[in-house]
Amino acid sequence: MADPVLTVRNLNVRFRTGDGILHAVKGIDLDVNAGETVAIVGESGSGKSQTMMSVMGLLASNGWAEGSVKYRGDELVGLSPDKLNRYRGSKLTMIFQEPMTSLDPLYRIGEQLALPLTTHGGLSKAEARRRAIELLELVRIPDPQRRIDSYPHEMSGGQRQRVMIAMALANNPDVLIADEPTTALDVTVQARILELLADLQKRLGMSIVFITHDLGIVRRFADRTYVMKRGEVVESGATSDIFAAPKHPYTQMLIDAEPRGTKEPAPAGSPLVLDARDVKVSFVLKSNLFGQPTHVLNAVDGVSLSVRAGETVGVVGESGSGKSTLGRAVLRLQSASGMVRFEDRNLMPLDRAGMRPLRRHLQLVFQDPFGSLSPRMTAGEIVTEGLLVHEPRISRRDRDRRAAQAFEEVRLEPGWRNRFPHEFSGGQRQRIAIARAMILHPKLVVLDEPTSALDRSVQKEIVELLRDLQKAHGLAYVFISHDLAVVRALSDEIMVMKNGKVVERGSAEEIFERPREDYTRDLIAAAFLKERGVAAPTPATLAS
Amino acid sequence: MLSFIMRRFLTAIPTLLVIVTISFFLIRLAPGGPFDLERPLEAKVMENLNRIYQLDKPLIQQYWLYLSAVMHGDFGPSFILRDFSVGELFARGLPISMTLGALAITLAILVGGTLGTIAALRQNSLADYIVTGLGAMGLTIPNFVVAPVLQIVLGLALAWLPVAGWADGSPRNLVMPVIVLALPQIAVVARMTRAAMIENLRSNHIRTLRSLGLPWHVIVTHALRGASLPVISYLGPAAAALLTGSVVVETIFGLPGIGRYFVEGALNRDYTLVMGTVVVVAVFVLIFNLVVDILYAVVDPRIRFD
Repeated sequence: MADPVLTVRNLNVRFRTGDGILHAVKGIDLDVNAGETVAIVGESGSGKSQTMMSVMGLLASNGWAEGSVKYRGDELVGLSPDKLNRYRGSKLTMIFQEPMTSLDPLYRIGEQLALPLTTHGGLSKAEARRRAIELLELVRIPDPQRRIDSYPHEMSGGQRQRVMIAMALANNPDVLIADEPTTALDVTVQARILELLADLQKRLGMSIVFITHDLGIVRRFADRTYVMKRGEVVESGATSDIFAAPKHPYTQMLIDAEPRGTKEPAPAGSPLVLDARDVKVSFVLKSNLFGQPTHVLNAVDGVSLSVRAGETVGVVGESGSGKSTLGRAVLRLQSASGMVRFEDRNLMPLDRAGMRPLRRHLQLVFQDPFGSLSPRMTAGEIVTEGLLVHEPRISRRDRDRRAAQAFEEVRLEPGWRNRFPHEFSGGQRQRIAIARAMILHPKLVVLDEPTSALDRSVQKEIVELLRDLQKAHGLAYVFISHDLAVVRALSDEIMVMKNGKVVERGSAEEIFERPREDYTRDLIAAAFLKERGVAAPTPATLAS
Repeated sequence: MLSFIMRRFLTAIPTLLVIVTISFFLIRLAPGGPFDLERPLEAKVMENLNRIYQLDKPLIQQYWLYLSAVMHGDFGPSFILRDFSVGELFARGLPISMTLGALAITLAILVGGTLGTIAALRQNSLADYIVTGLGAMGLTIPNFVVAPVLQIVLGLALAWLPVAGWADGSPRNLVMPVIVLALPQIAVVARMTRAAMIENLRSNHIRTLRSLGLPWHVIVTHALRGASLPVISYLGPAAAALLTGSVVVETIFGLPGIGRYFVEGALNRDYTLVMGTVVVVAVFVLIFNLVVDILYAVVDPRIRFD
C-alpha cells in the first residue's frame, strides 16, 4: 500500500472575496497511493473540489494555496504554470462536472485530443491523429474514425465526457482526478461512464480521485474515503469501515440522508383530481418553404395519467423523455391535444382567461431554485404574488400575515420574509418556491425535479416537507424526476417514460421489485446498483 | 453555404428598394430645392433648369424615372457639381475613402485586438488600467480635436508629415487621417476584445486546456478564437461606415473622398447626390453584414445555414 503518488500535507486554500478572506480548505492531509481509488465526499461548499483544483493549479485568480502537495516527492505548491505543466496533462489529469462546456466548441474533437499528445508526448500530427482514434476506441465511442472529425455540439453529454476522459488518459497519467464526473448526466449514462472509468483503471493501473456528493459512487468504487465538511477532513479511512461504522456525526448524517421509506397510500375513495387521457404534444423541428412541417418531434405521444387527492404519481425517465413537457401539458401551460379533466371540468376548451380562476388549484414547482425566483423581489413578495391575482381584495397586512403563515408551513423563519432570494441557500429557496405554490391552497401540484439541484441531506428534508404537506392538505402530486431513490420515497404510482411514451406503469412496489421492461431495469440498476452492490449493468446496456 | 449567399443577395434587392424609396421621398420633404439661391434666379431660368433636370414632372413619375435609371447603373447628374455625374464623383472619391477606411479598420483590428488581449491577460494590472484609460480617451475625444492637434504637432511643429492633401495617395499623406479615423475604433475593439477574452479565459474549456498542461500560446489562441466572435459582429457595420468615408476627417485633411458628399448633397438639396450616397452606403452595409455572417460561420461551427 505504501506507494504514495500524491501526498497532500496541511493544505490551505483561501479566496479573496468582497466580504474579506474566505478560508475554503483548512489544513487538510490526504494521500493517494498508486493504483487505488480515493473518494472525497462532502456537500456543496465543503471544499472538496477546491482541494483538487489547487493540486492542479487551477484555482480561480482570487484564490491561492499554501502547504504542501507532492507528486512522487516533487513539490507542486508554488510552482509557476510553466513548471506545473510538466505534471499537468501527463502525470496528473482531471475531468470535470460540466461535460457540455468542458470542450472547446470551436475545434474538432480530433484537434483537441491531439493537443496533449503533441505537447507532452512529442507525437507528430499524423501520429497524434492515429493515437486519438485509439483513445476514442478505448473510451468506447462508436465509429471513432468518423467521430474524430466531429465538433463537440454534435455529441451527447455522455459522449463528451468520454472524450474528456480520453484526453485525460492520453499520456497514461498516474492520477486521474474526477470532479463529479457524472452528476450532470442521465442515470443510465452515469452508470456507463462509471463502468468505463472502473474498467480503464483496471487496464491502465492509474489512481483515481473521485470528488463526489454521491455516496452510492463512493461505496461502489472507492478503496478509501475522505469525508469533508467546511474545509476540513472530518473522517477518513477504508470505505467499507466508514460505511459500516461511521464515527463522525456528519458522516452518519450523510449516510442517513439517502432517501428511504415509502409513502403511505392515499385514503381509499379519495376523489379524482386530475384525469388526463391520450395527451399529445408535438414540436415542429423543421418546416418547408410553405410552413408545412417536415420534421415533427412527438415529445409526448399519447400519455394518460390520473391522480387522486392525496396521491402521488411519479414520472421518471431520462432527459428528453417528455416528462417535463407532460407536466406542463396537464397544467395547460403547453398546448397539447387529448383530454385533460381537473375535478369535473374539461380543461381543453378553456383559453387563458378561462384557465385563470382555476390556476390557483394547479401549481408548479421548478427544478432550479436559483433561476425561478425573481432576484429583485423579497421572499415575502414572491410568495404572495399569486394572491394579488387570485385574492385581489385582501389587504396588504393580510397578505403579509399569509406570507408569514406560508413561511411557517414550509418551516422557514417567518421573520426572513423581507429578505431577498440571494440571501437564502438552495434548499431554503426551494422552500420559498413551495410556499409560493402552497399559499394558494392548490389541489394539484406538479413538482418538476424539485430536489435535483440540492444536496442529499437537503433533498431529504424537502422530501419530508412535501410528504407532510400532502398529508395535511390532501394534495395530489405529479412528481417528475430522474432520481429513482427520491421517486420511490414519494410515489404511490410510477410511470416510466421514454421517447414521449409510457413504457411501463405500476405501483411503486411493482416497478421496483418486478420491473418488466429492460429500460426500467436499466434505470433502476443505474440508480441502485451502487447501493445494493449489484453487479455491473448488462452487456446490452454497455454496448448501446 | 452558396445557397445561403445567393438567398442573401436576393433578399438584399427588396431591402435596397425600400431604402431608396424612403430616402427618395424623405429628401423631397425637406423645404427648398437644388436651385434655390440666396438671390433667387429668374423665373424663366428656374423653369428651364427644372425642365432640364425633370423636376417639373409629378413626384411619382420622377421616382420611376430615377428607379429605372439606377437599375441601369445611372445615378444621374449632380445638381450642384454640374460638370459631373454622380457616378463620376463616386468613381473618383470612393477609392480614396475606401483606402482610408480599409487602412483604418486594419489598424483598429491589429492595435485594438493586441491591446485588448494584453489587458485581458494582465487583468487589473497597470497595463490593463492604461489600456482601459486610453480606450475611454479614444472614445470620448472627438476627431475634430484630435485631427488639428496632430496637424499642429506632426505637421507644423515637427514637420514630419504633410499637414493635408491627398497627393495621389502618398503614404506620408495617409498616416494622419488613418490614425484619426482608427483611434475610436481601436478603443472600441480593445474594450470588446478585453471583455470577450476575460470571459473566454474563465470558461470551462479553457480550464480543460490548463488542466492538460498546455503551453500559454495554445491557451491564448483558443481564447482568442472564441473572443473574436463579438468583435467580428461589431466590425461589420463599423467597416461599412469607415469605408464610405468620414466628413470630418476628409474635410480637415482636404481629402477628395465621398464622405463630404452626403452632407454637401443634403444641405444643397442635391437630390441625386444624396440618393447616390444612400445607395452606396446601403450596399456596403448589406455586403458587410453578409461578410460578418460568413466569417461567423467559419469561426463557429455551431452556426449552420439551414
